[in-house]
Amino acid sequence: MTSVVPLKEKKLLDVKLKELPSWIIMWGFIPKGIAGTFQRGYYWYYNKYFNVKKGSIAGLSMVLAAYVIFNYCCSYKELEHEQPREYH
Amino acid sequence: MNENLFAPFMIPVMLGIPITTLIIILPSMLFPAPNRLINNRTIAIQQWLTKLTSKQLMNVHSPKGQTWSLMLISLFLFIASTNLLGMLPHSFTPTTQLSMNVGMAIPLWAGTVTTGFRNKTKMSLAHLLPQGTPTFLIPMLVIIETISLFIQPVALAVRLTANITAGHLLMHLIGETTLALMNINLFSAFITFTILALLTILEFAVALIQAYVFTLLVSLYLHDNT
Repeated sequence: MTSVVPLKEKKLLDVKLKELPSWIIMWGFIPKGIAGTFQRGYYWYYNKYFNVKKGSIAGLSMVLAAYVIFNYCCSYKELEHEQPREYH
Repeated sequence: MNENLFAPFMIPVMLGIPITTLIIILPSMLFPAPNRLINNRTIAIQQWLTKLTSKQLMNVHSPKGQTWSLMLISLFLFIASTNLLGMLPHSFTPTTQLSMNVGMAIPLWAGTVTTGFRNKTKMSLAHLLPQGTPTFLIPMLVIIETISLFIQPVALAVRLTANITAGHLLMHLIGETTLALMNINLFSAFITFTILALLTILEFAVALIQAYVFTLLVSLYLHDNT
């Protein structure tokens, strides 16, 4: 099914499932673009959770929890052997 | 089990690329920069803590030594935040790597020594001889003091590395002991768990103390040389 609106302007939630691979390839992975994405994401998170009048511990905790999960994923291969399974 | 023991200290690799640089940069992202006169809570707390530590650390120095305050306070914040982040489960602590600590210790120590030699040559050389030594002991003491001077950066680096590494290893070992003892004898497992809890509290303190000691000693070397 073809779409009326051009693919480039759509956000993630508007993209149909069939168009997803072409939507991702359309990004064009240049370093400046990726750096811009990281900067925007950082400031979005910062303004939402830190830069408010009554910020709570939740903002920082979410970052630390994500860090823990990221490290767990990175070291899963070594940790696999410690799991109490019958067959490793 | 031996290989498992030191696995947390190996350099983390993601898709074949070591991501150590990203992990070292991470603590700096948790310290936002103050923009306004009255900031949000996070920045306000950090500003208050920074002021507290900087007053404590830099009080003893002359104005010339106080030009180093930015360097020392950022050093303290870096080591403290890196050590505290290493207390999270499964995380990698860069300060366990001797390479990084030597890379921090040698330039800072060399900076203090060079400052002393350039600006106050006589006084910094006079530090090589303690007051009131008998005359016939002077040559030997000068040699001993020179050796102790050159050991300072090595001691700084190794102290930090050994403390953090040993703490992490101990926690790992005692944790595994607790798990293993649970099937054998529940009471001893409980005792071991209490030891683990106390050790964890100690480790949090050590994380901060080590940062403080490192910075304090650098500032001490600075004080001798300004």
